[in-house]
Amino acid sequence: MAKTVSLTLPLTREAIAALEAGDEVLLSGPVYTMRDAGHERALQCLEDTGELPFGLAGATLFYAGPTPAAAGRPLGSVGPTTASRMDFATPQLFEAGIVAAIGKGKRSPAVVETCRETGSIYLCTIGGVAALLAKAVTESELVGWEDLGTEALRKLTLKDFPTYVAVDTKGQDLYRQIEQAAQ
Amino acid sequence: MGTDNLNAEVVAAAVYDAIRESATILRPDFRRAIEEAREAADPKSRAEGVLGRILKNADIAAADNVPLCQDTGSVWVCLEVGEALAVPGNIFSQVNDAVARAYADGRLRMSLVRDALFDRANSGDNTPAFCELKLVEGHGATLHVLLKGGGSDNASRVVMLPPGAGAAGVRKAVLDCVREKAANACPPLVIGLGVGATFDKVAGLAKHALLRPVGASAASDEAAAFEEALLAEVNALGIGPAALGGAPTAVAVHLETAPCHIAALPVAVNMGCCAMRSASIKLV
Repeated sequence: MAKTVSLTLPLTREAIAALEAGDEVLLSGPVYTMRDAGHERALQCLEDTGELPFGLAGATLFYAGPTPAAAGRPLGSVGPTTASRMDFATPQLFEAGIVAAIGKGKRSPAVVETCRETGSIYLCTIGGVAALLAKAVTESELVGWEDLGTEALRKLTLKDFPTYVAVDTKGQDLYRQIEQAAQ
Repeated sequence: MGTDNLNAEVVAAAVYDAIRESATILRPDFRRAIEEAREAADPKSRAEGVLGRILKNADIAAADNVPLCQDTGSVWVCLEVGEALAVPGNIFSQVNDAVARAYADGRLRMSLVRDALFDRANSGDNTPAFCELKLVEGHGATLHVLLKGGGSDNASRVVMLPPGAGAAGVRKAVLDCVREKAANACPPLVIGLGVGATFDKVAGLAKHALLRPVGASAASDEAAAFEEALLAEVNALGIGPAALGGAPTAVAVHLETAPCHIAALPVAVNMGCCAMRSASIKLV
């Protein structure tokens, strides 16, 4: 039976091990935005130095490119982009210490297997409700890769940001469970 | 028929206004469809919660003048011109300027790169717009502006079926696309379906189908019956709002058909997301 829990970031492996696919998780604390171009750079950094850039080990990534500050908030709108575009890099980033990622849509079997092997999770949130989600972001700070524009690496501070566990540490996959249930 | 309103300045001004408004205001026909879906949803279900958040998002975006979605899209413009009108050759010459101003003034996201293959640096002002001039029967001129998100366009496809595949093949192509890609396209969807014409033009049919208001009648009774049956099949997949289960996966299937080659059955599926942003403006 799916449950709703509130968790503080950075996430511990113990805390996420208790989560199951389908649980709703309200997140508070820091996450780091990274999209397509950022994943290429992070992977390059990992190959060159053997470490994640900007001391990201232990962090949670948010696959998102926000709009500029507006309405007295640090970001006008922010929401998840398609996670499968990051599948090419996710196994290596998770193995190097990323604990969780937030996006939308299904992941590759390799990412699901990596969640199981490394005790990491993939969280999804709702696409197309970015004005609502921006109200759950209290701070935004540019960390690096400013030349990438909206794809730059930003540290966002969340407050009760709504997500669902899409792939848990046992490799259970919410999207595939929903698909199979309808068949 | 006066053509005073058919010049580059008027088109650019209409594009500017359409971008500013559609980025922050949910299309009213789409909003009604989401409201109806929410009323029909099982209270306290995950689907009902997602639909409620889509409506709340629309309220916040309108009240605070912030974008409905952080992906404020690429700008697609189509000017439909009736047969009695003359169009000056520079009709789109000020559109990119209008796009750059609207995206800066509206604090929208700059989401375009300079070249898909050779220069993926951000163009910095969300230009260029993708413009099309369409000559149509009848009088007057209508400007269509669509802010197309990357996720839903990526979830779209063109399939060249053999004619023997028939109606069942068309339905299967749509259902395969929904099954594989709907979760990336931010459901509930409007599914634009083009069937016919040529490899390049069938995608245009599907894109134009997204402009039709949800609930407006189909091109024919035959098309309406096809749309209704296919929508039921799509929703039977149970993917649901935000692909988190339940219903609806789509609020409408909009079909446009055309003649084609004896050897061909071109099919295009263009996904419209739950933050469908478009405007159609009568200029003349």
